[in-house]
Amino acid sequence: MSNVVDVQRLRKVYPMDADEVIALAAVDLTIESGEFIAVMGPSGSGKSTFMQIVGMLDRPTSGDYHFEGRDVASLRDDERAAIRSRRLGFVFQSYNLLSRTSALENVELPMVYAGVPEHERRRVALEMMSIVGVEQLARHGSNQMSGGQQQRVAIARALVNNPGLILADEPTGALDTKTSLDVMRLFTELNQERGITIMLVTHEADIAAFARRIVTFRDGHILSDVANEERAA
Amino acid sequence: MNLLATIRLAFNALVRNKARSLLTMLGIVIGVAAVIITVAIGVGARVSVQQRIASLGANLIIVQPGSVTQGGVRTGFGGASTLTPQDGMAIAQLPGVAAVSPIVNMRTQAVAGGNNWQTLITGVAPTYTYIKSWSLASGRFFSQSEVNSIAKVAVLGQTDVHELFPNGASPIGQTVNIKGSPFTVIGTLAARGQSGMGQDQDDVILIPYTSEMQRLTGLKTVNLLMISAAGASQIIPVQNEVTALLAARHRIVAPQPYDFQVRNLQAFAQAASSTGAVMEFLLAGVAAVSLLVGGIGIMNIMLVSVTERTREIGLRMAVGARARDILRQFLTESIVLSTLGGLLGVMVGILGTVFVALSAHWPTIIPPQWVLAAVGFSGMVGIFFGYYPAQKAAHLNPIDALRFE
Repeated sequence: MSNVVDVQRLRKVYPMDADEVIALAAVDLTIESGEFIAVMGPSGSGKSTFMQIVGMLDRPTSGDYHFEGRDVASLRDDERAAIRSRRLGFVFQSYNLLSRTSALENVELPMVYAGVPEHERRRVALEMMSIVGVEQLARHGSNQMSGGQQQRVAIARALVNNPGLILADEPTGALDTKTSLDVMRLFTELNQERGITIMLVTHEADIAAFARRIVTFRDGHILSDVANEERAA
Repeated sequence: MNLLATIRLAFNALVRNKARSLLTMLGIVIGVAAVIITVAIGVGARVSVQQRIASLGANLIIVQPGSVTQGGVRTGFGGASTLTPQDGMAIAQLPGVAAVSPIVNMRTQAVAGGNNWQTLITGVAPTYTYIKSWSLASGRFFSQSEVNSIAKVAVLGQTDVHELFPNGASPIGQTVNIKGSPFTVIGTLAARGQSGMGQDQDDVILIPYTSEMQRLTGLKTVNLLMISAAGASQIIPVQNEVTALLAARHRIVAPQPYDFQVRNLQAFAQAASSTGAVMEFLLAGVAAVSLLVGGIGIMNIMLVSVTERTREIGLRMAVGARARDILRQFLTESIVLSTLGGLLGVMVGILGTVFVALSAHWPTIIPPQWVLAAVGFSGMVGIFFGYYPAQKAAHLNPIDALRFE
């Protein structure tokens, strides 16, 4: 299997007044296509910084990052934006749906920036919404949906450009237990049945338990990297 | 994203905040409406002044007697008694001259039956109606042979018709006594109303200048010579020829001052149009200031909007929007906002102009180029004042934007 993500000696330092904060010390990690990996760790362990760099929302201070074989450091901002729209899907803790915009339009948004024609956008968006089970909410605004429904719409949005990697940042952080389990089953399903590569960032062990591989961060280092034999379901 | 989709997106964003969008536009609306109304009034006034100047006469040149110095006392213009009807006849022979009429004025009492009225008795030549572009309401004007025969004939202005013949009967064929001489009324002039100086132009009786000079004033000189040049381009050459001719006829040698003065109405027209130009320049200044203020309002609201929608911007960037997509989105919003404001302003301005025209009875003209300029300029205001906020939005850091609460 080919590597989707390959980072070597990844380092991120934030200047803070006279001092500096080391968010990532020297991280080496590869994620293969089709993996479902959970990144765990307490606050300040560097897991969020890691996700932002992998998601090309931030640049590392030093180290190498190859995404699907391309050296990300050499890419211009516009090229990184193009990869974000075509090869990456984001799912956030707070859903980040556009307010006063229908669910369908929210799902279409990445395709708008990828330059997909309108009728094609509609077709794909409805298809993805039916995969995650919210096709009946197409005309609803975000204020007319429950948290679980909003997160499903957000997942549909992450899927529309057939991404090489979905980055889920605490996707169940704002949901109740039952809805959290539903959403995690959806991720599991997407990974197993559609072979979608998922990187999940969480600090909850029972959520991480859905992944096949669990990487734990502490103080900017990888503390452990283990295969998860007993997966939750 | 294509242009249409971008404009639709901007439109939707503005519709979401209807009240705020309208209030933001209000600055531009008021600015543009004020410009349209003031320009309409200004241009309307200028055109009506020009029309009044044109109505004074076709390509008119006026020769007035000049000042003379008698024992050290200067009389001022008109003081010299040197212009004669013969000067006029000589001028009529010059090339480029269409018509000449001597003008002799006298205020006196006119009596018809039991009515009397003090009025201006003006002695003129038959060419006068052509020079002043004045038509007759009834009857006929006197002829050259009547001028030659010093005939006692008169053509009445409408005011004199009403004052001397108040019963409404036709005055043609009736007699009007002027300083004891009975004049037969042969025609009436069309109503002209007030002159640019506020005088009643219809309060006049026209008689042959020969009759006025020999029967009424007893003088050999005239008050004015009115000359009509053959065309607008002939005015200056004719003026120069008339000056040379009269200087020769009056035997004036430099450095002796001329005893006459030759003037044309172009000076008035130029003064009026330069006043108009100053007015329009001032209005353009008012326009610029009001649109500037409106633009600052737009910039202010766009900055608020960028801050409010920081998370939206972060999300759009996360799903693949490039900096230039964000820039274009916000710039389009501000251009749509300001252009809509401009269009609304034009509508309000046209309504306001119609209101002014109907209520104050002022002449108004809305020049289409000002309407286009106002809308175009408000669009440019949108670009200028929308650029900074849009630039700010486009250069947000996506992570900070996503974390923004």
